[in-house]
Amino acid sequence: MGFTAPVLNYTLLSPILILLAGALIGVLVEAFVSKALRSITQLSITIGTLVLSLAQVWKIRNAQSTTAAMGSVVIDGPAILLQAIILIIAIISVFVIADTDHFTALAAALPGSDEERHAVQTGNQVTEVYPLTLFAISGMMLFPISSDLITLFVALEMLSLPLYLMAGLSRRRRLASQEAALKYFLLGAFSSAFFLFGMAYLYGYSASVTFAGIRESVVGGSGNDVLLLIGIAFVSIGLLFKVGAVPFHAWSPDVYQGAPTPITGFMAAATKVAAFGAMLRIYYTVFANAQWSWSPLLSAIAIITMLFGSFVAIAQRDVKRMLAYSSIAHAGFLLAGVIALNKAGLDASIFYLFAYGVATVGAFAIVTLVRDANGEVTDLNRWKGLGKRSPWIAATFAGFLLAFAGIPLTSGFIAKFSIFSAAYENGAKGVVIAGVLSSAIAAFFYIRVIVLMFFTDPVQDGTSVEIPSALTRTSIIFSMALTLALGLYPAPLLDFITSLATFIR
Amino acid sequence: MIWLTLLMVLPLAGSVVVAALPKADEKLVKQVALATTLIVMAATIAMATTFQRDNVELQFVEKYSWIPSFGINYALGIDGLALVLILMSTILAPVVVLAGWNESHGGRWSVKTFYILILVLETMMIGVFAATDVFLFYVIFEAMLIPVYFLIGGYGTGERSAAAVKFLIYSLFGGLLMLASIIALYVMSGAQGGHTFDLAALSKLEMSSTTQNLLFLGFFIAFAIKAPLWPLHTWLPDAAESATPGTSVLLLGVLDKVGTFGMIRYCLTLFPEASKTFTPLILVLAVISIVYGAILAIGQRDLKRLIAFTSISHFGFITMGIFAMTSQGHSGATLYMFNHGFSTAALFLVGGCMISRRRSSTIADFGGLQRVTPVMAWMFFLAGMSSLALPGLSSFVSEFLVLVGTFTRHPVHAVIATFGIVLAALYILIPVQKALHGPTTPGNENLSDLNLREKIAIAPVIAIIVFLGFYPSPLLKVINPAASHVIAQLGFSDPLPTSGSK
Repeated sequence: MGFTAPVLNYTLLSPILILLAGALIGVLVEAFVSKALRSITQLSITIGTLVLSLAQVWKIRNAQSTTAAMGSVVIDGPAILLQAIILIIAIISVFVIADTDHFTALAAALPGSDEERHAVQTGNQVTEVYPLTLFAISGMMLFPISSDLITLFVALEMLSLPLYLMAGLSRRRRLASQEAALKYFLLGAFSSAFFLFGMAYLYGYSASVTFAGIRESVVGGSGNDVLLLIGIAFVSIGLLFKVGAVPFHAWSPDVYQGAPTPITGFMAAATKVAAFGAMLRIYYTVFANAQWSWSPLLSAIAIITMLFGSFVAIAQRDVKRMLAYSSIAHAGFLLAGVIALNKAGLDASIFYLFAYGVATVGAFAIVTLVRDANGEVTDLNRWKGLGKRSPWIAATFAGFLLAFAGIPLTSGFIAKFSIFSAAYENGAKGVVIAGVLSSAIAAFFYIRVIVLMFFTDPVQDGTSVEIPSALTRTSIIFSMALTLALGLYPAPLLDFITSLATFIR
Repeated sequence: MIWLTLLMVLPLAGSVVVAALPKADEKLVKQVALATTLIVMAATIAMATTFQRDNVELQFVEKYSWIPSFGINYALGIDGLALVLILMSTILAPVVVLAGWNESHGGRWSVKTFYILILVLETMMIGVFAATDVFLFYVIFEAMLIPVYFLIGGYGTGERSAAAVKFLIYSLFGGLLMLASIIALYVMSGAQGGHTFDLAALSKLEMSSTTQNLLFLGFFIAFAIKAPLWPLHTWLPDAAESATPGTSVLLLGVLDKVGTFGMIRYCLTLFPEASKTFTPLILVLAVISIVYGAILAIGQRDLKRLIAFTSISHFGFITMGIFAMTSQGHSGATLYMFNHGFSTAALFLVGGCMISRRRSSTIADFGGLQRVTPVMAWMFFLAGMSSLALPGLSSFVSEFLVLVGTFTRHPVHAVIATFGIVLAALYILIPVQKALHGPTTPGNENLSDLNLREKIAIAPVIAIIVFLGFYPSPLLKVINPAASHVIAQLGFSDPLPTSGSK
């Protein structure tokens, strides 16, 4: 019996391979480098790896062949764009993560134990968050380029498992952080099971695990539709869980609140890109011809998600929970891009993911700066009068909020406009109207925070604003600059996306 | 010459200069701001002199590609209507800066920030009237809210932050409805020959009457919130009460005009059929606004709220003139927009001087000012007379034109609206009597009269009011061709005057 060596096409996989190599080196560094040098070594390796990977993505953007690893992954325009977006978001997130003050000195120690105290006293800060981040990013990079169900599932687990751990790394309020991690893990495992279940049905329907094979069956329409419907439904549940769409959103407020804030920012931004990237690929290519079966339901979910996220955010008194509900609302807006199912919808979704992701990292970076003696202050009542004490920080945060609200001259407006017009083009008028209405509702709570910061007198309770470290500052300035630039002159990026973003089936 | 871009860049450049100045040197900040607004005014007047009055096409047209993938252009151009409103805005800006020289002192933030906001706002005020690309218009329309929001919330008095939020939420809500309509227009343009936001191209779109009606409502509600039309007006009195007088002038005098301007430029142009369909309803709302605003104005105890309610009545007149669909009505409405800017400015600015001296805006706290501060009292009296449209002052001409223009087609509405004039006499004369005449209220004996700066600021406003009262034709010559053009485009011809008896 002959054996054909698999053709892997390493060049196309190289961005992910670089990340994995960096992550493994990071593990070794954790073991061998002295505690004095550990942090800086890890940071340099992580940033270096990410930049190298980004450079590699840029290099292969016009690659001739498009599939790698025997057709398990597809490198097409959207893949390149999504990978680049994930890497850019990752780099600015790592700048914020670099402030190790947010992370527990020894995650393995019980909260409040002697070991923990000892680790803090001796300055023995472990830095496993860096390799974990790199592992998560490599999973995220693989997720939207997977082109068979097995790879998709592996990527899903690859991005999820490190995130579960990272959510539990908070230095302060460790129990809340660990609770968040556990919740995320349990619900995540549950949704993975649904996903797997759906995969099995899709295999049963088409006798294939590759996207191309399933697509062929869908187009041919010869299979058993019941199997297809169950498969679509359960795979969708798994994906909708990851993006935090209602009714699969229950984890996100708790996890957003409990996780260390730099991780929350990273998770909120990068996971959304990866998950929506995969979702776009699956719905646009595999399920496109079965639009009749999923489009009405997905529209309903989008509408509920937008309205629910916006309404519930109004009642929040904690800035991280508020941003969590706002991110739920944004997941609803992004679903409009999936429903659009046209070229404009794909372009708009990619632009939206980039604009939203960058602004999210910036906003959470600012949350990390508002502190008192016990660490971060996330109670909105204590953000009163922030504009008086730190006008620049407050103004920048206001800028991000206005971008989330979709006020013109910010990237958020262009993103919202493009995604709604794409959805409208496909006749999804209900989604667009719900989107516009929930934007109006959402504006209310974003503005309320601005009122708190600027129009309310400060309270004397020891809240202060940390001077941002050079890296955090870079991250915030970069996000803000991009948010404004994409609001004022988005043409170059839009053109670039339009020219590149076509799915290869 | 790229006049319009120049006009927009000048205040923006001024705001950058102001931003670079030291915070402590407040006087210098104000001087730079004043100089900037004066330069913009001079530039606008220079541009206006080269405007061809009889040409109904857009003039000073500029067009650059902005976001090509959506067919969005940075496109500017003005007709007589827009020119008049830009003139009004740029003349009011230095007046506001000069008259409100000290009003930025009680704010949450520095004087410098105040003038940066004012100058940025001026850029947007020019842009919003000059835009001929619907997307560009929408962007400026919404972005304008932000500086105004901070001006009210940061520098106003009383419940300023609540008023600012109310203003913002109302306006954003209207704006988002308009956005939905704009998206629909955009998608339809894509189906009918290529995505575009060009106003002229969009006005040629074919659409069913249901679609047209819905999209019309999206635009109209946004504009009716802006121009406050009953029952969408409730944000205005709160905002005007809390804002500083200068901000109120810009808010009522300029920003609210974007609403009535939008009705003409966007509602009538883009949706002619729907405009006709909704005319009866809108006329009724306009008449209600006229009477309701006037009656509520009579009942106000606060001077600023009173002015706000008079404006609601006046905006009723403007809307009625627009939807009367006659060229007199249109000319009258446009002239009314211009005149209302100045009479409201006069009321707010003189009222502001009174309020800052008395440290109260309650009308009952004034009394006998005629004796103590004669110049201020006379100025307030004149401003009030202009507001009630006394013949010989500018508002009379425009109110008369609106009524005549409406009467030829909708006599009943015009007759009811006339009651608004009677009520106007009440709502102006009662406060004039309470505040200016009668015995001097204790505590008011030592109030100082207008100083030189205030006189210089208010003089041009009064001069314009009087001059245009006697001789409105320079403006009407600019307005009339544009107004007739709009009416002709809609397919209306003015009804012939019917003679009574031979």
